[in-house]
Amino acid sequence: MEQDFEKIFQDKVDREIRIEPKDWMPEKYRQTLIRQISQHAHSEIIGMLPEGNWITRAPSLRRKAILLAKVQDEAGHGLYLYSAAETLGITRDQMYEQLHTGKAKYSSIFNYPTLSWADMGVIGWLVDGAAIMNQVPLCRTSFGPYARAMVRVCKEESFHQRQGFEILYVLSKGTEAQRRMAQDAINRWWWPSLMMFGPKDDESPNTIQSMKWKIKRFSNDELRQKFVDVCAEQVKVLGFTLPDKDLKWNEERGHYDFGEINWDEFWQVVQGNGPCNKERLDARKKAWEEGAWVRDAALAYANKKAKQKQAAA
Amino acid sequence: MSFQLHKLYYGDYGESKNGAADISTQQTNKAEWPLWEVFIRSKQGLDHKHVGSLHAADAAMAIENARDVYTRRMEGVSIWVVESKHIHASNPDEAEALYDPANDKAYRHPTFYDLPDEVKYM
Repeated sequence: MEQDFEKIFQDKVDREIRIEPKDWMPEKYRQTLIRQISQHAHSEIIGMLPEGNWITRAPSLRRKAILLAKVQDEAGHGLYLYSAAETLGITRDQMYEQLHTGKAKYSSIFNYPTLSWADMGVIGWLVDGAAIMNQVPLCRTSFGPYARAMVRVCKEESFHQRQGFEILYVLSKGTEAQRRMAQDAINRWWWPSLMMFGPKDDESPNTIQSMKWKIKRFSNDELRQKFVDVCAEQVKVLGFTLPDKDLKWNEERGHYDFGEINWDEFWQVVQGNGPCNKERLDARKKAWEEGAWVRDAALAYANKKAKQKQAAA
Repeated sequence: MSFQLHKLYYGDYGESKNGAADISTQQTNKAEWPLWEVFIRSKQGLDHKHVGSLHAADAAMAIENARDVYTRRMEGVSIWVVESKHIHASNPDEAEALYDPANDKAYRHPTFYDLPDEVKYM
């Protein structure tokens, strides 16, 4: 019987029919999705922290309004994604708990500090750029609620990248100090941005299974290459450079060659030893714990109101 | 049927390293705000359409949250919220029995009927 369900399920996926929450699905598919969607949601929520750092210090009212809107969008993206994950049977509080206890992870990029205003530009250009590269194909992922959430996210994300590039473009026309600041930010964020695509492709036969489920449609390395190709051209418009001496156009491949990523650093950050891992998680936990009385009070008030209404009826 | 996934994706560093491998999907927390489904009318004259869900203590808060989460770019002119537990849905396993009988009733569609070309405006 299970085998039949499995076959019907795969047949739907093959025919590009979206899987919806109440449809039968392999348990492993459900768990893979819960993990991937919730980690994605956590990344959006934690991702507010490095940028939130600069809201009060944005150089103009225009920039402040933009940054506020962007950070608010990220909260929204986190909520769309949590809501998609919840359709798979996990509760919101369980996901928060997994984040706060370190059981679930978020994108390692947010464990780096935002040291200057130019970092706001680079995060928009590179970090959001890398995210978009990954998220656009996710709009066609096989699980309906995830795909729909991603469509919404992608619509909004494009402004994030453009505002970031604009910040850098303005700095590139600025004083020598401003140009130095922008180049420094690019130097610090370039490699962590490449790491955002995750570890190198694994040649294991299990890869075939997950591609077969169409949860994801491109491999990490494919997307990373695409990202390098795009950025290597865009950086020329800014008149800055990417900090990679091996970055070179390869006529034969039709792609840019690029240097080796420091995977040791990547795994160190993932395992909690990045520059800001502790700070990020502490900020998140503090907000959760100190907000507990507000959540309880709102629920108590709602229950009281409901009872009063019942009594009056 | 169990599969082992070792493929690693963006924002997903695998189960062995740190992923939430043993995800339990039991309802445990009673203090969680209830879940609400959100429906938005994108403009006057159109139907409300389901856009997603959110948590809120009561209906008024659900509408306020829905405004912030789902209408930051003028996506709507009207919001409906309904507590998710009040939604009743058809069973996808019964889809065949429910909808198949409509397949062989092509005569319910206007294209089923052959009319001479001279007939206009019909």
